[in-house]
Amino acid sequence: MTKIIVDGNEVDVPAEYTLLQACETAGAEVPRFCFHERLSVAGNCRMCLVEVKGGPPKPAASCAMAVRDLRPGPNGEPPQVFTNTPMVKKAREGVMEFLLINHPLDCPICDQGGECDLQDQAMAFGVDSSRYAENKRAVEDKYIGPLVKTSMNRCIHCTRCVRFTAEVAGTGDMGATGRGEDMEITTYLETAMTSELQGNVADLCPVGALLPKPQNFRARSWELQKTESIDVMDALGSAIRVDTRGREVMRILPRVNDAVNEEWISDKTRQIVDGLGAQRLDRPYVRENGKLRQASWQEAFAAIAAKVKATSAEKIGAIAGDLCAVEDMFALQLLMGKLGSKNIDCRQDGVKLDPKLGRASYLFNSTIAGIEAADSILIIGSNPRKEAPVLNARIRKRWLRGGLKISVIGDRPDLTYVYDYQGAGAESLSALADNPPPAVEKSMVIIGQGALARPDGAAILALAGKLASAFGAVKDGWNGFNVLHTAAARVGGLDLGFVPGEGGLDALAMANGGVDVLFNLGADEIDIKPGAFVIYQGSHGDRGAHRADVILPGAAYTEKSGTYVNTEGRVQMAARAGFPPGDAREDWAILRALSDVLGQRLPFDTLAALRSALYAAHPHFAAIDDIAASDASAIGKLSASGAPGKDVLASPITDFYLTNPIARASSVMAECSALARGRMLQAAE
Amino acid sequence: MLADKDRIFTNLYGFQSPSLKEAMKRGAWDGTKYLIDQGAGWIINEMKASGLRGRGGAGFPTGLKWSFMPKPDPARPSYLVVNADESEPGTCKDREIMRNDPHLLVEGCLIASFAMGAHACYIYIRGEYIAEREALQRAVEEAYEAKLIGPNNVHGWPFDLYVHHGAGAYICGEETALLESLEGKKGMPRMKPPFPANMGLYGCPTTVNNVESIAVAPTILRRGASWFLGFGQKNNAGTKLFCISGHVNKPCNVEEAMSIPFRELIDKHCGGMRGGWDNLLAVIPGGSSVRCVPADLIIDCPMDFDSLSKLRSGLGTAAVIVMDKSTDIVRAIARISYFYKHESCGQCTPCREGTGWMWRVLNRMAEGRAQKREIDMLLDVSQRIEGHTICALGDAAAWPIQGLITHFRGEIEKRIDQYAANPHMDPVRMAAE
Repeated sequence: MTKIIVDGNEVDVPAEYTLLQACETAGAEVPRFCFHERLSVAGNCRMCLVEVKGGPPKPAASCAMAVRDLRPGPNGEPPQVFTNTPMVKKAREGVMEFLLINHPLDCPICDQGGECDLQDQAMAFGVDSSRYAENKRAVEDKYIGPLVKTSMNRCIHCTRCVRFTAEVAGTGDMGATGRGEDMEITTYLETAMTSELQGNVADLCPVGALLPKPQNFRARSWELQKTESIDVMDALGSAIRVDTRGREVMRILPRVNDAVNEEWISDKTRQIVDGLGAQRLDRPYVRENGKLRQASWQEAFAAIAAKVKATSAEKIGAIAGDLCAVEDMFALQLLMGKLGSKNIDCRQDGVKLDPKLGRASYLFNSTIAGIEAADSILIIGSNPRKEAPVLNARIRKRWLRGGLKISVIGDRPDLTYVYDYQGAGAESLSALADNPPPAVEKSMVIIGQGALARPDGAAILALAGKLASAFGAVKDGWNGFNVLHTAAARVGGLDLGFVPGEGGLDALAMANGGVDVLFNLGADEIDIKPGAFVIYQGSHGDRGAHRADVILPGAAYTEKSGTYVNTEGRVQMAARAGFPPGDAREDWAILRALSDVLGQRLPFDTLAALRSALYAAHPHFAAIDDIAASDASAIGKLSASGAPGKDVLASPITDFYLTNPIARASSVMAECSALARGRMLQAAE
Repeated sequence: MLADKDRIFTNLYGFQSPSLKEAMKRGAWDGTKYLIDQGAGWIINEMKASGLRGRGGAGFPTGLKWSFMPKPDPARPSYLVVNADESEPGTCKDREIMRNDPHLLVEGCLIASFAMGAHACYIYIRGEYIAEREALQRAVEEAYEAKLIGPNNVHGWPFDLYVHHGAGAYICGEETALLESLEGKKGMPRMKPPFPANMGLYGCPTTVNNVESIAVAPTILRRGASWFLGFGQKNNAGTKLFCISGHVNKPCNVEEAMSIPFRELIDKHCGGMRGGWDNLLAVIPGGSSVRCVPADLIIDCPMDFDSLSKLRSGLGTAAVIVMDKSTDIVRAIARISYFYKHESCGQCTPCREGTGWMWRVLNRMAEGRAQKREIDMLLDVSQRIEGHTICALGDAAAWPIQGLITHFRGEIEKRIDQYAANPHMDPVRMAAE
């Protein structure tokens, strides 16, 4: 720790702190544009200039100068920094004037208005008029993809977007061409950006040069209702803020959660918005004479009750999908229990994970933040870039720091970092388990669903457990055995025990004609064979609804308060930002109403009552934002009969942009998907 | 006047061959082994004692700079980088060294690298210097062939020398931008600290020196620090290449002792002022980036670092640009201003936005199409660029304008008055034309 005096206040800060951080510690506000905590220091906006006593007679960029770079006074007194002197004031006013001479004064028609750093700082640190009488610079707008709109006249060349794509996203899509005042930020050939995190550049842009294209001219920031919630597009449970106007979701933005998503979110998380308003199921439907017709809730319930009463319990089953909240699955689990059925499953992809094997066998045990401590990572059957782009950025962040060895078994994706390719199938896994590399301090094994969602998944899971032990990935104080899920609901379902009971059928067996009445709670990624009577409850008219005999319209994740457990086992609560459309209702309430009609009334009338029943049965769901400890010894005990097959351990995600019904309803995601597919074709040629 | 025996660059004009054989006849590579045998400490002390100040413009003591290099560490090799990106308008000294006396530079690279514990040296040569690169490359190959440099050379210090050709950007003459460019990146200056001596080329300790600073080193060591110290006034020792251009009778490059009075420099070597001394208007004494000095102040001023900085100008690269009374000084500075606008790298705000602003205002002033209050505004804008940027290009763009306004404000006002008196000199054009 080093002492430093900021504006006369002495503070004690670590020597590696920048002056900007030291000033903030001392409570002095320092304006900045190019500086961003999670990007490298560029020092080019010159807005953060401060005066250093005893230094050169010119102001210093506080973002780039470290406290240890300052010399103490002649008698060893701490160095002095000022943020409120005439020199600093003049420097800030000067820089602000320079920034504004070529910045258009189009705030009234700029979407950034109201949340614009330049606007705010011009008010706080600028002067009231300009002395610039020449013509302003005009810069052509660039096409940089379907998610980000450019208005390059407004660009102040802070290069945050360039540094983001180079450092965090790892695609290096953006750069600056030209020199001096002709410098332009572009994707060089005006191609679309290729990163799954590209939407973040619009958040990073301190002005209105890069704006989210789908939200173009749609809302002003001050008229939006902001709701803090949790994302369900992947199994990370990124912290998001849902901005609504009236009942319509206008945009989704990231929140800071250093344990999970830092402050990035994937493009799917962000731009799913238009999917929330399209293809919605807003009233119940009943299939009559092979055709779905609109019906009332009573008619729909009556149709279900008639069918259920005519069917024996072992011929009734339930599958829960990837976006369900824990509460919904809990209600359905209770209902099926009351009906006497053991045929329940939350694993529509047939993944061979089982709560009976112990909680540690299906969690990302090291936690996401634990990636930053890892010394080696083995990725098995997963493409983290497509399955969890934000997590992949975390791996890249660790990799950039150096000293991380990454190996991959499975297919050979571009992960934005260099890895050692170990082979395609399970035989490479066995070979590696027999011949483990030299032990490192903290090694990590990441098993994707591509390795587990297959008939021999249990054998591969056991092999991976053996491998993790051989690598020394599981030891006191460190558990590097990590399962990377792709479905937001999966860990919650496994925690609930939403899996077949003794003698019960699993999802695939149910879908292949094992049951006569199938209750489908938002499972759209499974192909249900003809024959069974299917009740689909969900938010979007997608594959599941097409196959249904009765449709019960439910709420999407922004329209209900629900608990989700992310891949680490972190329990998080999503909040309701709006109401479901039309007759659609929250899912637990639908199940509660249906239970009444079925004569198996569920014992709760409110969400709070449901939750107290849930917490009584599974206490760890009550600890929001916490990860309940799991027993690592479960990993050593993993075993399975049968040898693994020879197929490639390929990631289950073929199209990142279209992995769930909401995404498939979104035209923005469709455009992104088409672009990505076009790129893949080009690459294959 | 400097005696011929005291000249370091004896083939500056290319009257003899630049080849190794001829260069050795002129004294290059003489006793290099002996100098190296004296040890790095001796070399650095001798350089410090000689009072040599960097010849690239800033005038930082060369010996002191060499002494900043950390102890050699096998994990982090040290590098010497020679800045041959001579782009300062008016400057043409390094090109003559590289064309005609390249072996002095090659020898200097070896000695300086040895003194700093560097086994590799890069010469970053300006993009436009094609013939110079070829000449220098030839010299390097000759030296390799003669085993004067290379992994197994006769001097016992394994040493490799690489000539790297830039792509022709003024900003790559700034030492950290040069390092970026050498690393294959966009030539944009880095933030300091860390300084190159700690984190330079590829993150390793690096010293960047001007061609002339390195090329004079062997001769200084051979003839002794006290010999070099004998020229010039206190703190401004040695001989210096002056590049005199503009309105003199015979513009030339010449090696002279430091602190030679301006009048003597012009009279002895350039055949005097065009139109006599009364015709002198102003001088830019150190390349386009320093403030211009009007005739009465410069005429008897010693040409050295300290005397010129007392005039709020500078010796810079000693590129003396002489302007007589036929010069339109406002247009001249406006043209210089255009150069800086064109060469600004665009990285940091004040320089990117400010250089264009200053040029546009000055361009109007050159016509008289401006208000008198804009003169003070222009001065204020230049002061808001100066000292607020990452590198010194912002300063370099501001100083010529500050010099103009300090010394020739009347000229600008006169121009504005003339324009205001007759604003419609051009016939009004018809739209259809």
